[in-house]
Amino acid sequence: MSCEYTRTVLHGYLDGELDATRAAEFERHLENCRECENSLASVEALRSSLQRSSLYESAPPSLRKKVRAGLDVATVREAPEIPAWRWLAVAASILIVAAVSWYSWPRFQDSASSAPFSAAELIDAHVRSLQPGHLTDVASTDQHTVKPWFDGKLAFVPPVKDFSDEGFPLIGGRLDVLAGQNVAALVYTHRKHVINVFVLPTREPDTSIHPPGLRQGYQWFHWRHQGMEYCAISDLAASDLRELAQLLYQ
Amino acid sequence: MSGSDQGKGLDVLGAQDRARFEQLVLPHLDAAFNLARWLLRSRADSEDVAQEAVLRAYRFFRGFHGGDARAWLLQIVRNTCYTWLEKNRPVELMTEFDEELHQQPSSSPEALAIAGDNRERLSRALETLPPRFREVLVLRELEGCSYKEIASITAIPIGTVMSALARARQRLQRALTNSSPQEAPREL
Repeated sequence: MSCEYTRTVLHGYLDGELDATRAAEFERHLENCRECENSLASVEALRSSLQRSSLYESAPPSLRKKVRAGLDVATVREAPEIPAWRWLAVAASILIVAAVSWYSWPRFQDSASSAPFSAAELIDAHVRSLQPGHLTDVASTDQHTVKPWFDGKLAFVPPVKDFSDEGFPLIGGRLDVLAGQNVAALVYTHRKHVINVFVLPTREPDTSIHPPGLRQGYQWFHWRHQGMEYCAISDLAASDLRELAQLLYQ
Repeated sequence: MSGSDQGKGLDVLGAQDRARFEQLVLPHLDAAFNLARWLLRSRADSEDVAQEAVLRAYRFFRGFHGGDARAWLLQIVRNTCYTWLEKNRPVELMTEFDEELHQQPSSSPEALAIAGDNRERLSRALETLPPRFREVLVLRELEGCSYKEIASITAIPIGTVMSALARARQRLQRALTNSSPQEAPREL
């Protein structure tokens, strides 16, 4: 190749990156240069092949999902600094909460003190599961795959049901540790939110679904049913999460 | 993004940052994945690396002061890809960018059109190019980036983007017309 224009300027011309003067200069050159003429045609052919052949690869849905889960973790973990004046508001809230709890003590006592793990442990376990690659040990939307997977891994068999039809598809399960105990974690999603349902055996009597717990933007419902302790936690609105709790309770 | 930017970038991110990030940066997730996919030549690895890059972008989001969010994200994706390549496939990075291209046979547009009509062949030809040629082609032809954007993403001086593209296109033409459909010169 001998023509200097062919090597570079032609490409700027083709890409529309030359200013008007240089573009006009190239066009004048093009009239008398066979090499540039041929080269321009072949580079154009190459470009249209590249664009026609759908080489562009869009992000798979799984990536989108993992990125969102990662963003959740990065956003929730770091609480904003609290300016001094806010402490007054915090103090006031504590007073109000104390007053309210005083009146509703019997109801809340059941909910808060009877779970065999603390709110902090529960949230930790949930947040931990949202780290890349931690959500499921067995990824399947099929309850008949997830349930047998737990066989032999735990000293109990957690009930596994899929609620895709109700808007809560099961996406898998994993083993987890909550307050030093091995537990089964069933993973559901609802409108891109991840829900962990922790299941472990209990000897305590059945309860109804307790009022929701709330902390750091997470909500959870806790109940006991037929010898199992359940806790469903998510960043979903309490009303949505209650729906899943009720499905599981049936 | 310079090293010092990264160092001081670790900010506390709240719901507002999250919303802004979703609005400005996440729409370019396809671009991020596409660039990673062509740099790494593997969908599975690209998914991991693109995820890492986007979350890294989020952690340094306070360092983004408006402007071209796509170029900003792609720059981080590219750096993350190269770090990954250095660690996992160092041999691939050893091909020099400034390789001279003598006596390149001028291929006819017709021959190119025929060769280029096969997606499989085109994709293989693109994959045989060294990463630094591949990235300028992907950014220009698939992503539609301007020279200025390419310069900021790849850290090539803006004055040399044009010649980098020229050489990359010549290499691709050669790879397309030289490889017959039977032989599949795929490294790795």
